[in-house]
Amino acid sequence: MKLKVKGKITEVKGTVVKASNVSGIQMNEMVRVGELGLVGEVVRVEGDNAYVQVYEFTTGLRPGEPVEGLGSPLSVTLAPGIVGNIYDGLQRPLSNIEGYSISRGYTAEAVDVNKSWHFVPVIKPGTKVEGGEKIGYVEETELIRHFIMIPPNVKGNLTYVAPEGEYKVSDSIAEVQNGEKVSISMIQKWPVRVPRPIKRRLVATEPLITGQRIIDAFFPLAKGGSAAVPGGFGTGKTVLLHQMASWANSRVVVYVGCGERGNEMVELLKTFPKLNDPISGKPIMQKSIMIANTSNMPVAAREASIYVGITLAEYYRDMGYDSLMLADSTSRWAEALREISGRLEEIPAEEGYPSYLASRIASFYERAGYVETLSGDFGSVSIIGAVSPPGGDFTEPVTTHTLRYVKAFWLLDPNLAYSRHYPAVNWISSYSSYVEPLSDWWSLNVSTEFETLRRQALDILFKEESLRNIVRLLGPEVLPEDEKLLLEAANMLREGFLKQSAYHEVDRYTPPAVQYYLLKLILTFYERAKEKLKGGTTVEEIRSSPLYLEVIRARFNVKGKEEFDALMKKVMEF
Amino acid sequence: MSGSITFSSVQSIKGSLMVIRTNGKLGYEELVEIELENGEKRLGRSLQVSEDIAVVEVFEGTQGLSPRGVKVRFLGRPLELSVSNELLGRIFDGLGRPIDGMPEPVGVEELDINGKILNPYKREYPDEFIQTGVSVIDGMLSMVRGQKLPIFSGSGLPHDMLAAQIARQATIAKGEEFAVVFAAIGVPADTAMFFRKELEESGALKRSVLFLNLAEDPAVERIVTPRVALTAAEYLAFEEGFHVLAILTDMTNYGEALREISMMREEVPSRRGYPGYLYTDLATIFERSGRITGRKGSLTQLPILSMPADDITHPIPDLTAYITEGQIVLSKDLYHKGIYPPVNVLMSLSRLMKDGVGEGKTRADHKELSDQLYNSYSKAMDVRSLAEIVGEEGIPESSKKYLQFADAFESKFMKQDPYENRDIDTTLNLAWDVLSILPESEWTNISEKSKKVYLSVVQKRNI
Repeated sequence: MKLKVKGKITEVKGTVVKASNVSGIQMNEMVRVGELGLVGEVVRVEGDNAYVQVYEFTTGLRPGEPVEGLGSPLSVTLAPGIVGNIYDGLQRPLSNIEGYSISRGYTAEAVDVNKSWHFVPVIKPGTKVEGGEKIGYVEETELIRHFIMIPPNVKGNLTYVAPEGEYKVSDSIAEVQNGEKVSISMIQKWPVRVPRPIKRRLVATEPLITGQRIIDAFFPLAKGGSAAVPGGFGTGKTVLLHQMASWANSRVVVYVGCGERGNEMVELLKTFPKLNDPISGKPIMQKSIMIANTSNMPVAAREASIYVGITLAEYYRDMGYDSLMLADSTSRWAEALREISGRLEEIPAEEGYPSYLASRIASFYERAGYVETLSGDFGSVSIIGAVSPPGGDFTEPVTTHTLRYVKAFWLLDPNLAYSRHYPAVNWISSYSSYVEPLSDWWSLNVSTEFETLRRQALDILFKEESLRNIVRLLGPEVLPEDEKLLLEAANMLREGFLKQSAYHEVDRYTPPAVQYYLLKLILTFYERAKEKLKGGTTVEEIRSSPLYLEVIRARFNVKGKEEFDALMKKVMEF
Repeated sequence: MSGSITFSSVQSIKGSLMVIRTNGKLGYEELVEIELENGEKRLGRSLQVSEDIAVVEVFEGTQGLSPRGVKVRFLGRPLELSVSNELLGRIFDGLGRPIDGMPEPVGVEELDINGKILNPYKREYPDEFIQTGVSVIDGMLSMVRGQKLPIFSGSGLPHDMLAAQIARQATIAKGEEFAVVFAAIGVPADTAMFFRKELEESGALKRSVLFLNLAEDPAVERIVTPRVALTAAEYLAFEEGFHVLAILTDMTNYGEALREISMMREEVPSRRGYPGYLYTDLATIFERSGRITGRKGSLTQLPILSMPADDITHPIPDLTAYITEGQIVLSKDLYHKGIYPPVNVLMSLSRLMKDGVGEGKTRADHKELSDQLYNSYSKAMDVRSLAEIVGEEGIPESSKKYLQFADAFESKFMKQDPYENRDIDTTLNLAWDVLSILPESEWTNISEKSKKVYLSVVQKRNI
């Protein structure tokens, strides 16, 4: 055990504090600063001096007050009881604070240490174990069987495993002998800036189904993939991320509200207990972890919150689950880096951001992946990061660097948002590199025809884009009838497929099969309409037929095969 | 007054910053009192402290200060506001000192003007509709108690008129009235006088607190004014149980003051010279609104900011809109057409509207109507710009209805008198009226049920 270093403050500048007489303190070590014991982290060491970024407001802090090193880097507590919680950026639970404000220097255990869990062993003493091996489990929630694993850095002979029964998280439930005896409880600590180890990375082949049509059908994300959602204000980033968190078919969801609005976290807290997971039917609160560093909270903790979130997601991945981590917004995290860098008087690169911005973004998104875990299971961490480009300018550093490392990109278009087309994902500029690897899944699980329909639909939308340029200059009257009909087909795709209401009970979540049905209905209607056009019907007549509106409104009504068949029959008879 | 009282000497002066010797006795963001030779006193606050020196911003400016002959006293506390319900009906300067000729109000508590960090877990989700009596706001940009909804405006536009109309007319379902906290941040004296007169004439002045930092007042003080005002507002809302409407005008002046200080401190600038922490700093102001579980009152913010050169991508409006729960954008084009309030609805948004309207709150058809108006008006704008190019003859017959709709929407639904107070029923019925210009086949957002229940009522009334 390392000795605790004690020194004193010599300078305070915003949330950066300079401390002297701290020889032996390590880079990234956690420290307690001042009489109030504010939490901070060492960000620079110079001889006997160190610079500390404090995770709390520093008002009133004076030179001469104490600084104490805690001997370990910023780490999270990994144990049953994490799921269903709301934490601040340093994994301090927000739900058991008295009063309505967060006082400085607040400390609390991340999980309830007095709660008893029913532990069931799955391994017998006498076996050789290595890091990551499962020794037993507790039922953390109705949705999460929480496996207790040998910590990654421990291996040896398992000499003791506790019998089935009630234990607290800190009780010893196993012992490993390897030269010295290591006692194992349900709690593990892990430094947040270090990725948890895995056996190997695999190629992702399964989609993360989100129930959001434009995502799943056109620009999908694979389990273990990474995606970025850039968009200016009011383009619906947060609503889209909330939808993903609510409906994605991942086993665990970690939602990091990073420098965003307090009321948005309240909205999640209010809706998650009421929404049911589309697969299990249980409240999604039972698989969710929330981390809130709202915009009025200190900026340094914002930088940490992203790492706390991803480490929690990795821990559940190690149990063999698919985790989804959502970060809203990674721009605020980058701005926190910039602010701290500025206070350290580092030489800035673009727009004041530090030169290591790109490498930090890269190493964050690299923590996503579909992997074989140390225990030989398959698990994944998927990352969806919102990006808030200032002035809606997609050439700014955070957006451009993010684009280099993510494989799916959902660009939110202010013009779509202005006309209240939500989700405002632009179908011309967005892309996903997962389309190809996932197309087999769609043809095996949904329909062999799906890929063809998908291409047809995108084709119509691309053609519409070029026709619209003509229409903008010359008016729609100059177009021949078949091109006018194509515009109508594009309109049906926009209104009946791409638009999706987050607040309509049926529309908000569309299972893959229904996504196929809706595409099929619209495209078949278009085929029928083309034939009728040849027979002399005008586009105006097709547009004003009740069936046109009915197919568009199918997204509110078609829940399964029955409704699809009924409507399909009408379309065929059209 | 706690803390050590020490006298110190000034080392250098630069802009509104001063470097003083401290011997480590001054804490970060603590106050100092500067006494000039002629006895005049000014307030300052530390921005950076070290063992021997500190950098201090002087709120009243450094004019006439000299390193010699100046005494600096450490007050040993951050900037505080003395609060009680005696604040109501009073007028203060930008630092919270009375300027209405009456004595200092008796406070029950001294509060740090930076406020406390509200635990998001203890927030109550804002979902109670505020009727402002302004159709375009109530109908399409509904405000709720505890929301922060700024007005983005430009020079010469009637943002003050609109804010005053909201302050006068805003009522909550049960007819409770708002207490108004008004902060003038670097605005001309006549703007402050206008608000004061409006509040006085409507009888709201006795439930109002005014904090005035006028254009002629020192710029550094502007950094503090919104925080002082919000400290008063938070106290009235969460301790005294008032529903508070805080009007902060003009937040662009605030941002400029922040830039000025940042430049003087030689910090690395980010966009357009504004400091990299502009977002975080603005958030510590705008996030001070909302409702708290178990507390009676609420704090609603209506900040006003002018967009320099009408540019919505300018850092101040841009970052503001990332923090606030929507924005009301005013349009010069509409104002020139004689439309008041000239709201560019397509660029405007109220993020909290969805939970504040509908059955039991306003009316069951509210959400659908609002969606439909947005949808149709946005189509109408496309038709309008097409008609400008190809002429009205060049557009199809079916689209011409959209031109009529857009005109009616602007001149009947949006346009109203600054003293006209429309209730929500009137507003929604007007929406049906203008929507009826379009054929029903264009109503993609309207359900059969709403047509049956509400449309027939409106049609009957019109006969």
